[in-house]
Amino acid sequence: MSIAAEAEARIKSFTMNFGPQHPAAHGVLRLVLEMDGEVVERADPHIGLLHRGTEKLIEYKTYLQAVPYFDRLDYVSPMCMEHSYALAVETLLGIEPPPRAKYIRVLYAEITRILNHLLNICAFGLDVGALTPFLWGFEEREKLMEFYERVCGARLHSAYFRPGGVHQDMPAGLADDILAWCDTFPRVLDAIEVVLTENRIFKQRTVDIGKVSAADAIDWGLTGPMLRASGIAWDLRKAQPYDAYETMEFDVPIGKHGDCWDRYLVRLEEMRQSLRIIRQALAQMPGGPVRVNDRKVSPPPRGEMKSSMEALIHHFKLYTEGYHVPAGETYAVTEAPKGEFGVYLVSDGSNRPYRCKIRCPDFAFLQSTDFVGRGHMLADVVAIIGSMDIVFGSIDR
Amino acid sequence: MPQTLKELGDHVAAALPQQVLETEILHDQLIVRVKREAIVPVLTFLRDDPRCLFALLSELCGVDYPDRPERFDVVYNLLSLKLNQRIRVKVRTDEANAVPSVTAVYSAAGWFEREAWDLFGIYFSDHPDLRRLLTDYGFEGHPLRKDFPLTGYVEVRYDEDQKRVVYEPVRLKQEFRSFDFVSPWEGMSHVLPGDEKAKAGEGGT
Repeated sequence: MSIAAEAEARIKSFTMNFGPQHPAAHGVLRLVLEMDGEVVERADPHIGLLHRGTEKLIEYKTYLQAVPYFDRLDYVSPMCMEHSYALAVETLLGIEPPPRAKYIRVLYAEITRILNHLLNICAFGLDVGALTPFLWGFEEREKLMEFYERVCGARLHSAYFRPGGVHQDMPAGLADDILAWCDTFPRVLDAIEVVLTENRIFKQRTVDIGKVSAADAIDWGLTGPMLRASGIAWDLRKAQPYDAYETMEFDVPIGKHGDCWDRYLVRLEEMRQSLRIIRQALAQMPGGPVRVNDRKVSPPPRGEMKSSMEALIHHFKLYTEGYHVPAGETYAVTEAPKGEFGVYLVSDGSNRPYRCKIRCPDFAFLQSTDFVGRGHMLADVVAIIGSMDIVFGSIDR
Repeated sequence: MPQTLKELGDHVAAALPQQVLETEILHDQLIVRVKREAIVPVLTFLRDDPRCLFALLSELCGVDYPDRPERFDVVYNLLSLKLNQRIRVKVRTDEANAVPSVTAVYSAAGWFEREAWDLFGIYFSDHPDLRRLLTDYGFEGHPLRKDFPLTGYVEVRYDEDQKRVVYEPVRLKQEFRSFDFVSPWEGMSHVLPGDEKAKAGEGGT
């Protein structure tokens, strides 16, 4: 054996810890990497550092008390998490929210989508070395969170989409302000695109990195922008429309190569499409109530409680015991910003869910890190994780 | 032309008469209960058959029914992108019997099965890497089982003397309260107590 070959044979792969406290880990991810020099041979993500036992806790809460737990799953897109849960409970109860509630939900689901994609794109830019878009994106996020605050009183943990509709109607003037924001926001998107899209450094870090073919994406259970970037035009808002998405006109952007750059482009275009939906939702929004008119499910208005004994009893019963949901099970899905967010809800006829399994899209994304990242450089793993759009609140549950 | 769920259920039941135990449609969703040993061939069929093509495993989870002889349900939610359909496959198992792993059919099943093992203690045979996933390193027990208390058994705190995090048995300042809302007045069927007597009387006359 020659000396060179002997020296080569002695090089052993070594193990490296990435995280749990690492700015590019997007939370508390401990990634154990087996490295051969600077090439990743195997990636073993250790998750659960943010595990709070949400599914167990929900089993001990009433159906209404379970709503706020969903905000705390994917805290970047809270209302979209509540959306699936609200749909699941509505299916089991056999109720349908009034039309205005459906439009408000669509409106806020799309605002949430922009909120989520802004954070992801800008943080992704930051991961690969561009700081400026991050600052611009957060300015816009701040405006969107103000819209959140005006409609439900909270910037993040909204508890706004509830089984049977939404918690309260939009205050006067909010629709006009959202429309006005829709006119200014494309300029910010253009600015982000100028800095990132054709940027040489950005492209060097993302083009042809972390490629996922269409067949692999399906096999690994990837959904949302991850699937669309691989060239599959699949969007639950189109394929299995819920709430008012049937009446909305929008396009589903798809990528060609399934690499990090395509995922970025898909998200960017989705934000522009979301703007279209927001405009349509505001234009078409009907008047009327925002909650089902069933006192056994939705509480009576405050004013009525001051004069009606029955309303007071209903309020008291709803906020202590809650409503009983007929026995059964359902799997409700929505197209959350990250992908297919599903809630598998089993009811035994009592006032508490018997089992509530939460299917988060990024759980499947992170699982595929080993497959996608294998053979890449260490720095590329950062880009891959950044492009996957991972939030630990929802992965660890 | 999209086939109806009923047709799809009949097709699956006809193609796999030995494996499928029952099909059911609930809330416009198709549920197929199959034999535990047959889960791999069933899912392979559902993935590859041209009338099914359920190529995406959307999720896999356990459900615990402690009163049943085979206490766990393992639920597979599948999605067909081509036909725009969903199907739910269920198998039953208990602590002693393993469910064959479907990682060879769907790569996505790997972590979902690890999660079910971690939280329920459902064992999956032939799984390439069946470690705990969500709970702490060195955790004991399976927290999503119905007989596991909500408060758990151990709590952690930072010990100033030992300069490290220590585990201690849970001490509750206040007794854990769980209210039972099952009353004869709420959530009951349309039959009031005593109604059955009235019916019997009618039948008699």
